[in-house]
Amino acid sequence: MYLYDSYDQAMVDARVEEFRDQARRRLAGELTEDQFKPLRLMNGLYLQLHAYMLRVAVPYGTLSSRKMRMLAHIARKYDRGYGHFTTRQNIQYNWIKLEDAPDILADLATVEMHAIQTSGNCIRNISSDQYAGVAADEITDPRPWAELLRQWSSFHPEFTYLPRKFKICVIASANDRAAMRLHDIGLELVERDGRIGARVFAGGGMGRTPMVAPEIRDFVEEDELVSYLEACLRVYNRYGRRDNKFKARIKILVHELGVDEYRRQVEEEFAHMRQLGIQPPTEELDRIRAYFAPPVYETGLPEEVDRSDPDFALWLDRNVLPHKQPGYAIVNISLKPVGGIPGDASADQIDLMADLAERHSLDQLRVTHAQNIVLPYVKKADLYTIWQQLDAAGLGTANLDRISDMIACPGLDYCSLANARSIPVAQKIARRFAGNGKEEAIGELKLKISGCINACGHHHAGHIGILGVDRKGTENYQLLLGGSGAEDCSLGAITGPGFTEDGVVDAIERATDLYLAQRQEGERFLDTYRRLGMAPFKEAIYG
Amino acid sequence: MKLLTGNDLASGDVIWWTGKGWSRHIGEAVDVGDEGDAILAREEQARRVNVAYIVDAEQTDSGPLPNHIKERIRASGPTVRTDLAINADIPIVRA
Ligand code: SF4
Repeated sequence: MYLYDSYDQAMVDARVEEFRDQARRRLAGELTEDQFKPLRLMNGLYLQLHAYMLRVAVPYGTLSSRKMRMLAHIARKYDRGYGHFTTRQNIQYNWIKLEDAPDILADLATVEMHAIQTSGNCIRNISSDQYAGVAADEITDPRPWAELLRQWSSFHPEFTYLPRKFKICVIASANDRAAMRLHDIGLELVERDGRIGARVFAGGGMGRTPMVAPEIRDFVEEDELVSYLEACLRVYNRYGRRDNKFKARIKILVHELGVDEYRRQVEEEFAHMRQLGIQPPTEELDRIRAYFAPPVYETGLPEEVDRSDPDFALWLDRNVLPHKQPGYAIVNISLKPVGGIPGDASADQIDLMADLAERHSLDQLRVTHAQNIVLPYVKKADLYTIWQQLDAAGLGTANLDRISDMIACPGLDYCSLANARSIPVAQKIARRFAGNGKEEAIGELKLKISGCINACGHHHAGHIGILGVDRKGTENYQLLLGGSGAEDCSLGAITGPGFTEDGVVDAIERATDLYLAQRQEGERFLDTYRRLGMAPFKEAIYG
Repeated sequence: MKLLTGNDLASGDVIWWTGKGWSRHIGEAVDVGDEGDAILAREEQARRVNVAYIVDAEQTDSGPLPNHIKERIRASGPTVRTDLAINADIPIVRA
């Protein structure tokens, strides 16, 4: 894992002191809320429905046990004993006091963490594959690139006031586990003629106008990638719509210019950037790479796992994935207990996950965009003891990629932008399908819920998506089918008129019953939907 | 009726205007009639409230009830964490 050098630490420490002074001036009345709001947002501090909310950056979802314990400490000392892991691989706290915020940032800085650029019209946390470094299908570890881009984008003076927020994702396998093409820029590291470089996709995103990012270049050499991204951002910064917030994302620019024209402008700018020599020296990427060198794996470890405990065996089948190293496994810890709040974890649970990582996963954890936690380096021989401890703490739910492993944004229970609640719907769906046994029969089904059009809950990318809307002051839910955030990326289509909270649960059951009746060998819900099209599902849902 | 609400500047708590000051309990809120804007200007200036605004509500047997669900959830707390709610008895969805 990357460790701060003296520059990183000095920057973060200086920001804490700057914010301490800004908060003091606000509390003393020297700053108005209008003056203070952009300053607090630059430090991830929002004002939400019930209190201030602090969003802490987890760079490309990577945490050490020490950092994880700090997240528990903050939940316990400054919040109400829990935190919420988000689809941006970050964590949010819902009950923060302004007067505590500078101390929280100071505590975070002691473990090389912060909340900088988790809000505002800047380049946000770089996201990546939660299995980076351990997935058998990756061609290289994407984390050094993600870290290079983190450093490049942190406090980048030219990109601090972009037309709108900007999200970048880096993956390194053909299997997309990070919704790469639904980012403003998506990078897929690929190999060509023995060299590593990046395929570049630009102009993806969800929200009001969802778009799958088109490819704008099939290969950028690694020693030119920063210059190329600089060119992409420059064109956007210059021509992105600043007159209309709803048209300000890069996806609208790419769409309005057309991919070819956007690409042409980027190439022109890229030619110029090359001459400027702004590309960091390759030694810098090598320096960063050294932090992500593969660990010294033990060899000769047993492959066999005793499956005699049926609950454990179920969890093994659902939540444990193959590792590229013999004798090791990747453990997914579901933060989706049936009837629980997707993505929430208590301080005690966060501490337990930190302890397990320290003892059994080379001190490392990952946050996934599906709001779960990963232990990436687990010896198979340790799986049973890990599961027992997780299970005892309410973290042993065996439902990875099943219907109850759903993404849900905070919705109207916490979010001031929401139209409708997300969490109660998520809970009802999980209870219904876990209770009637259909979850098991259905198999993989990615369900995603957003409480408003901003789509933090990725509803466009759900095999089944739910969007909360406000219908004359009451909560109403639109249903979408056929989305995917994976390598077969697609956007869901709305089925028709919306539903009440209970109505949408019934509608999903009718859609999944049709799937169970019509599926062919090996088909997931998404595959059957794609084969049959919307019409029979509509018929089943609305009858 | 019209209520005034906002957040406490330092703690961020949701607060309601009681006629004499601010309370975390909507049950203590009073109808401000046409006085809302004047009170808000004065109270924000004195930093006794942050990001304050006027809310339409009706008087019910159990106290003032905002018309919009968002304000009812603000008054009650998260409906999925009633252990943290300040007033879990507020009907979120009206009959
Ligand atoms: S999707 Fe809407 S309701 Fe959900 S967290 Fe984002 S802004 Fe809030």
